[in-house]
Amino acid sequence: MATATGIGASVRRREDQRFLTGRGTYTDDINRPHQTHAVMLRSPHAHARIRGIDTSAALKAPGVIAVLTGADMAADNVNGLPCGWLIHNKDGSPMKEPPHWPLARDRVRYVGDQLAVVIAETREQAKDAAELVEVDYEELPPVASIRAALADNAPAVHDDVPGNVCYDWHLGDKAAVDAAFAQAAHVTTIDLVNQRLVPNAMEPRAAVGEYDAATGDHTLTTTSQNPHVIRLLMGAFVLGIPEHKLRVVAPDVGGGFGSKIFHYAEEAIVTWAARKVGRPVKWTAERAESFLTDAHGRDHLTHAELALDKDGHFLALRVATQANMGAYLSTFATSIPTYLYATLLAGQYKTPAIYAEVKAVFTTTAPVDAYRGAGRPEACYLIERLVEKAAHEMGIDKTEIRRRNFIPADAMPYQTPVALQYDTGDFAKNLDLALPAVDYAGFAARKAESAKRGKLRGIGFATYIEACGIAPSNVAGALGARAGLYESAEVRFHPTGSVTVFTGSHSHGQGHETTFAQIVAERFGVPIENVEIVHGDTAKVPFGMGTYGSRSLAVGGSAIVKAMDKVERKAKKIAAHLMEAAEADIEVKDGRFTVAGTDKSVGIGDIALAAYVPHNYPLDELEPGLDEQAFYDPKNFTYPNGCHVCEVEIDPDTGVVKVERFSAVDDFGRVINPLIVEGQVHGGLVQGIGQALYEHCVYDEDSGQLLTGSYMDYCMPRADDVPSFEVNWHEDQPCTHNPLGVKGCGEAGTIGAAAAVMNAVVDALSEHGVTHLDMPATPERVWRAIRQNRPAMAAE
Amino acid sequence: MSCTVTMTVNGKAVTREVEERTLLVTFLREHLGLTGTHVGCDTSQCGACVVHVDGRSVKSCTMLAVQADGTSVTTIEGLAAADGTLHPMQAAFREHHGLQCGFCTPGMVMSAVDLANTHPNLTEADVREGLEGNICRCTGYHNIVKAVMAGAEAMKSGTTQKVAAE
Repeated sequence: MATATGIGASVRRREDQRFLTGRGTYTDDINRPHQTHAVMLRSPHAHARIRGIDTSAALKAPGVIAVLTGADMAADNVNGLPCGWLIHNKDGSPMKEPPHWPLARDRVRYVGDQLAVVIAETREQAKDAAELVEVDYEELPPVASIRAALADNAPAVHDDVPGNVCYDWHLGDKAAVDAAFAQAAHVTTIDLVNQRLVPNAMEPRAAVGEYDAATGDHTLTTTSQNPHVIRLLMGAFVLGIPEHKLRVVAPDVGGGFGSKIFHYAEEAIVTWAARKVGRPVKWTAERAESFLTDAHGRDHLTHAELALDKDGHFLALRVATQANMGAYLSTFATSIPTYLYATLLAGQYKTPAIYAEVKAVFTTTAPVDAYRGAGRPEACYLIERLVEKAAHEMGIDKTEIRRRNFIPADAMPYQTPVALQYDTGDFAKNLDLALPAVDYAGFAARKAESAKRGKLRGIGFATYIEACGIAPSNVAGALGARAGLYESAEVRFHPTGSVTVFTGSHSHGQGHETTFAQIVAERFGVPIENVEIVHGDTAKVPFGMGTYGSRSLAVGGSAIVKAMDKVERKAKKIAAHLMEAAEADIEVKDGRFTVAGTDKSVGIGDIALAAYVPHNYPLDELEPGLDEQAFYDPKNFTYPNGCHVCEVEIDPDTGVVKVERFSAVDDFGRVINPLIVEGQVHGGLVQGIGQALYEHCVYDEDSGQLLTGSYMDYCMPRADDVPSFEVNWHEDQPCTHNPLGVKGCGEAGTIGAAAAVMNAVVDALSEHGVTHLDMPATPERVWRAIRQNRPAMAAE
Repeated sequence: MSCTVTMTVNGKAVTREVEERTLLVTFLREHLGLTGTHVGCDTSQCGACVVHVDGRSVKSCTMLAVQADGTSVTTIEGLAAADGTLHPMQAAFREHHGLQCGFCTPGMVMSAVDLANTHPNLTEADVREGLEGNICRCTGYHNIVKAVMAGAEAMKSGTTQKVAAE
């Protein structure tokens, strides 16, 4: 039963008070006494040998305290930044893992690669001094793209990585796929680009390093989605600082979208430098630096084929993808195009045989890693483009071809041919709900009306499924992950009945301070304003793996439920004692503990007080206090799924694409706060639309320079680029394996949207003979595509 | 090269010595400690830095502190009433979930207030176009538009104090 502040309620957010009044604490807002400012010296070349660094002029500049280089780090035995996921080649050999030094030592490998840090009293002085550092670069040929990396005689980005290949991996059953293709009545082929994107959270990255010489304690304040992960990686692998001497704090963080998961060089640099200079060291990226050095997303080239029988049933899927790792391996880079991509290639369909090969390459570009959806948007885009292309080629309605191939709801749990087992889902139902929501029946009339005005109109679908709630640790470990992926929670009742929850999840926009409190308020009947959620500080929250992969409710929330279960078990014992009843006779509802069949009851508040002031208390059986910790390791991934439908209108004279309507029908399992879930979908949809129509991170092929290095050249979706949305969901298919029944919602919008938009664009352009168009569908590309088959039009 | 600037910020007169090249946003954040105004880019596009100078919205990253000499500046910290009551636009953003990470929010709210002050009958299209200079990566704009429409209505019908905080 939903209360005003419990599960299912659109509770307004507690965190808004500080954000709306300018009282948030983002990392750049933090200033420490005697702090110094760091500016990174970054390579202007895509690829170069460092023959020498002369810091003498910089050291004499006003306000400069230190100028430190990779050689200084090497002398202090600083190690490289680790990669957290080991992938094996087809032949079983391990992937290539060249070192990733926080400050480059003898070579720089992308424009922006940092090779020195200038530390001064003010940021302006550090910037001025950085211009005085003289670096003797020997330029080397750039390798600016996947194609360049794999070309014959391509220059080596890393000397010990032949052919620039990090790994050559596969998944699935090649023999079964080949056999199925031999029987196919029809084969649909596609070659597509999933273009490189820049995540562009609005808050640039920043880090403050501190060292207390009296105690030997290090503190890092950083814009991270997962402070405990940073503590582990930086402490254990890079700087050799034991956990108990290293505190990592991620305060208010202004968006992440994956880009703030990874352990970045600057975090290690300021932590290390603070000890060397004996004062706090603060670094904040400028937006240009964010463009150059935040991990980029996507960047796949794919050739794929779908085999069908004469009735449009999918017989097999064959995929060959080349994925760009960038110059160095970022923390989770290797897992994105493998275990977060290929394992989703069944989509919502019964395709019996699937085989995927993924070749990952190094290039002289920024490292590439997870960006909202992380592998699943790539999988969805591929499958859904293939499906609509096949439907078009075979003359089958695009919704009908999907119905013929959906995994039926009663086939769940369903073991796919690509490792994952889906737990629940009713894909036909999502489609049934989506069609009237977008008025599919009325599309033909709308298309005709657009045509009267000289415009093209198209409609496109994306029926997506994804795996999130990362992850069962034993499964992840078997697949190469180097960390566990559980979550922790501590639920602490205070003597007067208020509650503090310490969670290993992190909120950088998701509203956990409100939604996690709703879960506790509902369980124990505590007024929501008395429930406080603490996150983001390794000194306060002992363990955690952070927020990404739509895991915070599914994994973090489940850990809270387990901790609450422990609290309830103990509270029952205390209640039984207080009411002189048997524990087995105690019934619990909404925070009241009642002796069955009587009206004797006590509330959780009285129980908490008794626990901390144990005068009437079973001290010989039970410790005082009411404070329980739990860890939760998920039993499976969760599988949010849905149907996204996009309708576009295109002006053939200008090529401009307008998204006229976008409807999303999703299955997120149980929904805790509808207002927040909708917001997550809206944000994801716009990032997907951004990829489809506007965004493209471009490196110049000849020089390796980043051409899209600011908001002037990289087109971010703005308010007038997108419409309002129609978002619906159903809760008929709760997750079966976590106590909340939740599936997660943070990435779903991004996973389905780009495919739906591009299917609509291609649909609109099909009358001009266009069967495929790569993203982004800019006006120029659309205009040219229309005219490629109509030379007469091009001449107008 | 340094000089003295004097202005009123959130109702209080301030005088400081600054380098001439100091941006207004830097003056606010680092000299006055008003960190509610944010820096999100370096090409004057994102709008996280929007404040009001003499009642009109301005990107404080594209203005020097010396250019604001003698003006009255209002930042996000100065929008709510002295007793903490949220400005109708702030309240509308909360009601309609027009923010997630909060980083673009101060600039977004200040732009929205100016938009409402200068457009008596805002439509959804007016709002979307009027906020072209404010980039949000979290919300997808859907709820921001709802919030601005509601906030503008509330500003028209309710109290519209823009009293400075302390």
